[in-house]
Amino acid sequence: MSPETLSTASTRRVLGLRCRECGTEYELRATHVCESCFGPLDVAYDYQAIRRLVSRERIEAGPPTMWRYRDLLPVEDDAPVVTLGEGFTPLVRAERLGAELGLRNLYLKNDSMNPTNSFKDRVVSVAVSWARAQGFETIGCASTGNLANAVAAYAARAGLEGYVFVPEDTEAEKLVAAGVFEPNVVSVRGTYDEVNRLCSQVMEELPWAFCNINVRPFYAEGSKTLTFETAEQLGWRLPDEIVIPIASGCQFVRHRRAAQELLDLGLVEGQDLPRLTGAQALGCAPVYNAWREGTERVRPVRPNTIARSIAIGSPSDGSYVVRIARETGGVVEAVTEEEIVDAIRLLARNEGIFTETAGGVTIGVLAKLARAGRWNGDEVVVAYVTGHGLKTADVVSGDGFARRLEIEPSLRSFRERVSV
Amino acid sequence: MPLFRIPGPLRSLSGGESTVEVQAEDLRAAIDQLDARFPGFKGRLLDDGGEPRQFVNLFLNDEDVRLGQGLDSPLADADEIAIVPAVAGGTL
Repeated sequence: MSPETLSTASTRRVLGLRCRECGTEYELRATHVCESCFGPLDVAYDYQAIRRLVSRERIEAGPPTMWRYRDLLPVEDDAPVVTLGEGFTPLVRAERLGAELGLRNLYLKNDSMNPTNSFKDRVVSVAVSWARAQGFETIGCASTGNLANAVAAYAARAGLEGYVFVPEDTEAEKLVAAGVFEPNVVSVRGTYDEVNRLCSQVMEELPWAFCNINVRPFYAEGSKTLTFETAEQLGWRLPDEIVIPIASGCQFVRHRRAAQELLDLGLVEGQDLPRLTGAQALGCAPVYNAWREGTERVRPVRPNTIARSIAIGSPSDGSYVVRIARETGGVVEAVTEEEIVDAIRLLARNEGIFTETAGGVTIGVLAKLARAGRWNGDEVVVAYVTGHGLKTADVVSGDGFARRLEIEPSLRSFRERVSV
Repeated sequence: MPLFRIPGPLRSLSGGESTVEVQAEDLRAAIDQLDARFPGFKGRLLDDGGEPRQFVNLFLNDEDVRLGQGLDSPLADADEIAIVPAVAGGTL
């Protein structure tokens, strides 16, 4: 980093990018990979400057969105944010589900309440805000679901071009929620992995911001707000344990960073990080496999699960998840397809929250661990419910039909068939 | 001849070339040859034990080599080897 950058940085919060593996520093720009070791790049902050700024009162006086934590996000104050009111989603005390699982202090962070109904709005809002401030005119991603939906919506909101790359076999109905925002949809004759690799190559040819590739260091920071909000909503305390779905592992890593920042900045009491526990579907469980084998070397798998929004066979942050789970006292657990669907129903029946299959994985792992006796019952446990059930409604589409009672349009028929 | 696709961050090693052809029987030999022509590649791609580094994905004709025979994968004439930083991964 040049001396000029350092001297002007003293009045700003963001210093640059730093390799998580070898520590090499880079100036702020759209890049995600260390040129020396290929390690992931993280945003480096000036924590002394942040410490002078941030306080509980300042956060509480902020907007009722995740941008109340702007002091801890990589978008400087002079850059207008692209927002649809994402974040500050409800933290619901789950008394009925808790009673069923023997947990007296169970909470659900209901992130399906975001503008496009998944946690992706947090990360995309940061990525698009940063990219627009840097002069990018086009936002791209490789996705068939939640990320595409968020990128299309935020590109529209920002007045930028949106490019969504999808595999050609993507079903039409899966593109409805993204398509309505009129992004450019590029249908690629190939698999999802091939689409993703194509995007890395496109990125090198064109001055575009790809949310999950070259602006990933900024994008990823948006995840932290889930844990910031959880702590604030618990009355400025960290929970004892958080159950988090794992796809690339990117989000999981940020929750550790978020909790550490809250502790270091004195925004919460205590010294202990929460135990961070990861949830995967057995149909795509590379991180769980590594955890079970006691290694940080995560071997890729071919995904085959209904939890498609978290089905990443080669998770970039997988090894960090294993390490962080172990260091914080958490675990990594996985559930079957049947357990995923059962968990979607369990959550809906007890709490009135309809989650997608990824949420089924999280609640399924929560239930599995609770029934195996992981907790004594008094711990404060939070599960992150990251997407809405209508996104994967097909997995429970028969439920309403199966539960119906057919009657004639007469009171007698109603009284005969419905016993109340 | 088999062909390497070089990602942006490694093109400083290949004199700016985005593709490099090699003549090799398997992937291990191909990397040796790439390194002989453009010194430094081996250290970037492989760890001390000679295995692909944690953050390096090697795709042989669109298949992650770790799902197959790894560095022992045999190479044919029109094969394409893509070097992709692992953090290029994303979510559906």
